[in-house]
Amino acid sequence: MPAIEDILETLNMIHEECLDIRTVTMGISLYDCISDDEKSMNRMVYEKITQSAYNLVATAEEIEKQYGIPIIHKRIAVTPASLLCGRLTRDGAVRLAATLDRAARELGVNFIGGFGALVQKGFSTGALTLIDALPEALATTERVCASVNVASTKAGINMDAIARMGEIIRETAYVTRENGSIGCAKLVVFANAPEDNPFMAGAFHGVGEPERVINVGVSGPGVVASAIRRAGEDCSLSELANLIKKTAFKITRVGQLVAHEAGRRLGVPFGIVDLSLAPTPAIGDSVAYILESMGLEKCGCAGTTAALAMLNDAVKKGGVMASSRVGGLSGAFIPVSEDAGMIAAARSGDLTLEKLEAMTAVCSVGLDMIAIPGDTPPEVISGIIADEISIGVVNSKTTAARLIPAWGCGVGDMVRFGGLLGEAPVMPVKRATPAKFIRRGGHIPAPIHSLKN
Amino acid sequence: MIPVRQWKKTIRLEEDTTMKAVISVVGKDAVGIIAKVSAACAACGANILDISQTVLHEYFTMIMIVEIEQLNVPFSQFIDRMEALGRENDLEIHAMHEDIFNAMHKI
Repeated sequence: MPAIEDILETLNMIHEECLDIRTVTMGISLYDCISDDEKSMNRMVYEKITQSAYNLVATAEEIEKQYGIPIIHKRIAVTPASLLCGRLTRDGAVRLAATLDRAARELGVNFIGGFGALVQKGFSTGALTLIDALPEALATTERVCASVNVASTKAGINMDAIARMGEIIRETAYVTRENGSIGCAKLVVFANAPEDNPFMAGAFHGVGEPERVINVGVSGPGVVASAIRRAGEDCSLSELANLIKKTAFKITRVGQLVAHEAGRRLGVPFGIVDLSLAPTPAIGDSVAYILESMGLEKCGCAGTTAALAMLNDAVKKGGVMASSRVGGLSGAFIPVSEDAGMIAAARSGDLTLEKLEAMTAVCSVGLDMIAIPGDTPPEVISGIIADEISIGVVNSKTTAARLIPAWGCGVGDMVRFGGLLGEAPVMPVKRATPAKFIRRGGHIPAPIHSLKN
Repeated sequence: MIPVRQWKKTIRLEEDTTMKAVISVVGKDAVGIIAKVSAACAACGANILDISQTVLHEYFTMIMIVEIEQLNVPFSQFIDRMEALGRENDLEIHAMHEDIFNAMHKI
């Protein structure tokens, strides 16, 4: 029988410290839906998704109730849609996105990921079609998330793709300008994209994945921040690292339990647990507050990168032992608009784009949910993406950029996306342009794997 | 603040492998809280294995461990009944499967 102290600790984590399972994501392969006939392909895609996941939401809700742990999102990730787009026109790709959207609505999941392409070495016909279709697809659908992998440590960086994505992001911002350019919040540009990531907007069902799979993303920045606060100010960083490890272990064990149960009840193999600290705009559910509770006056001040590096490492060390299979993005997320502490630090000017870029070298993901002025030229957007992507490629890690050029907004304005996407202050961007560099196009070769300095 | 927790162990049975749930009750202390929760458990066929309760700063906290193998209603309905009982009596009552606590605190 569990000890009373343990029971009270768990209850406190759930009810006071915002502990939750962030997402239960079902990956579904769409290979068997590929067809040269667009109509039958759309029909097969719709049927495959809705039949595979018909009881996903109900099962997750059942688990949520039984264990008393909130499961915030139930989501779907599919095979990168560019693999289905080879014979489609641009409009055909938009219709495919509409089919995914319809399937997501039918199932009651809030996001479906995988409307994306892998172009780290070059473009296939399908990838080109899909990328062209992105702005309209994101504007005309509600729940479809897109991701484009433009680089990898083994393949190098596809600069043509980055140049194109700068234009696409700007166009997406324009066509969704009525809603705070929200289309861009559903579009991620990746380096070294993981194939089993359960988190949106970057989730897709990788090419080496089984027919169906359940991946679970845990969360719990509030629990870590409370543990650090309880430890007091005299606690050394070594002791703090140990404390974070123990806390991450406990959080991840719940993720493992839910993942195992969900897989068993749905009759779908359990894939991975993603050990991520994913913030929400709710007070007390912020990664920035964790850093501040370590002793930083404000997230973004000197020392932030070091504190984040320690946090990220300790989360992984604690989590790895708690789960039988770990994968996805696994680390601390720093999405500006989704984190109350980050929003405050960005508003006060303590957190800048340049500091965020440095932080992404030591934590999970990258420049995430960052609003920039709506008139930022596409070449500058591409330049920011290229910088972020290079960090991932050279350091053999996943990095990504989810930038929102908020149409009609300037520095200091707030852009509101609503719900868990939160709100973001428009951050200043350097005005000098990398246009000539970006226009060169081509490919930045893969980095050398020796002489590591 | 004095972190003194005086748990009154009223019943303690031997460790076994039957399915159990943890019921937590938090609220302002009042007469008959245990009686009400116990009666609701009995009505659903939940066998009480352990009760620990304390009163801290006028707040009543009780943790009850019950066996749920012989429930005469589905577990989800049992959870609903407990939560409804909480709402009726201005208490916060949660019933959760024991596995979440074991997963988190046992290696």
